[in-house]
Amino acid sequence: MALFEFLQRLLGRQKPSGTLAKERLQLVLAHDRSDLNPELLEQMRREILEVVQKYVEIDLEEGDVSLETEDRVTALVANLPIKRARPAALTAPSD
Amino acid sequence: MRRPGPLALTCCDPLAAVTNATARIILICSGKGGVGKTTLTANLGIALAQLGQRTVVLDADFGLRNLDLLLGLENRIIYTAQELLAGSCRLEQALVKHKQQPNLALMPAGNPRMLEWLTPEDMRTVANLVAERADYVLIDCPAGVEQGFKNAAAACHEAIVITTPEMSAVRDADRVIGLLNSQGIQPIQLVLNRVRPRMVANQEMMSVADVTDLLALPLLGLVVEDEQVIVSTNRGEPLTLNGNGSPAARAYHNVARRLRGEQVPLHDPTRERRGLRARLLNKLGMAGN
Repeated sequence: MALFEFLQRLLGRQKPSGTLAKERLQLVLAHDRSDLNPELLEQMRREILEVVQKYVEIDLEEGDVSLETEDRVTALVANLPIKRARPAALTAPSD
Repeated sequence: MRRPGPLALTCCDPLAAVTNATARIILICSGKGGVGKTTLTANLGIALAQLGQRTVVLDADFGLRNLDLLLGLENRIIYTAQELLAGSCRLEQALVKHKQQPNLALMPAGNPRMLEWLTPEDMRTVANLVAERADYVLIDCPAGVEQGFKNAAAACHEAIVITTPEMSAVRDADRVIGLLNSQGIQPIQLVLNRVRPRMVANQEMMSVADVTDLLALPLLGLVVEDEQVIVSTNRGEPLTLNGNGSPAARAYHNVARRLRGEQVPLHDPTRERRGLRARLLNKLGMAGN
C-alpha cells in the first residue's frame, strides 16, 4: 500500500479495497442469483410504484426498490416513505 | 443404472470386491480456473489415503487434464476412462496406483475428443465403477459451468467448492453453488485458498468471514498462500505426501480430517498477524471488522 493511499485511508477518503470488494460482490451476487436483468428490474420497480401510488402518496425521490441478499436468499426490498394516504384508498377499488 | 461391459466383467471376476454403496463421491469444483481444484484434489487424495481410506481421484477435466502431473503419475498411464467406458480394459487396469501411497489410485481422463460425446450418464458410470473399490472418490471438475461441469456434477453425491478471496473467483463460485443447489447436491462445503494474511490484516483482501458471508457455505478449510505448492507441483509430489510442515500441507491434512467428521479447530492466521497499519487503523476506529 502506497503511503499516499494510506494517508487517504487515514483521512477516511478511501475505503480499503477488501471492503470495497465485498460491497461490490454483495450487489452483483444479488443480481446474479435473482436472474433478473436490469431492464426487467426497472420495469418491476415502476409497476410496484404505480400500484403503491394508487393507495398512498409516496416520496418518489426517496423511494427505493432493490435486491438484497443474505444467506443465499435474495429479497426484493422496497423502501417507500409514505407522505400521506390517499382518501380514495378508503373506497375499495372497483376491479 | 446402465450396466456397461466392464461392470459385467468385474461381476464375473471372483476376485472382484463387492459393490461399495457407502463410498463418498465428492466433486471438487470452483467455476473459475486456476484457483486450486486440481491441487486440492491431489493433496486431499493423499491425505485421505494416509488416514487409511481407499481413495480414487477421478480426473473429469478431459479437455485440460493435469491431475496425473500433480501426482507424478503421468508416465504410468496406459488406459484411461475412455477404455474403461468402451469396455476394452478392466477397472484394475485403468486405475493407476500411487507409488508411495498404495491406498490412492488415479482414474485418468480420456482423450479430449471424448468431450464431443461424453454424457452425464457416462461420468456417473465411471464414478460408480471406481466407487466399488473406494471409500472416497474425489472428482476433479473442469473449470466453467458448461457440459464438462454438468457431466462431473451428475456423478457426485456431495461437493467441495474451492475459491480464493478475489472478486471473480467468488462470483464464479457463487454461480457454481447455485447450479449444485438446483441439482440437489448436499452437502456443499467451502475451501478458501491462497489467503494472504498480511493483505487481509490491512483490509486489502476480503477476509475469511467476508467470503463465507457472501457464499453462505460451511468452511471446510483455509489454505494460506504457500510457495511450496509450486515446488511440489514441479516435483509431482503433493505436499501432503512428505509430511513437511508447510502451512498448505497442514491445511490439506486438516481438510481431510474434517471430511472424516473429526472436529479440527479452524486456525485463522489473519487473526494473529495484524500489521502495524491495521492496528493503527483499528485504533482510529476505521476497521470494518
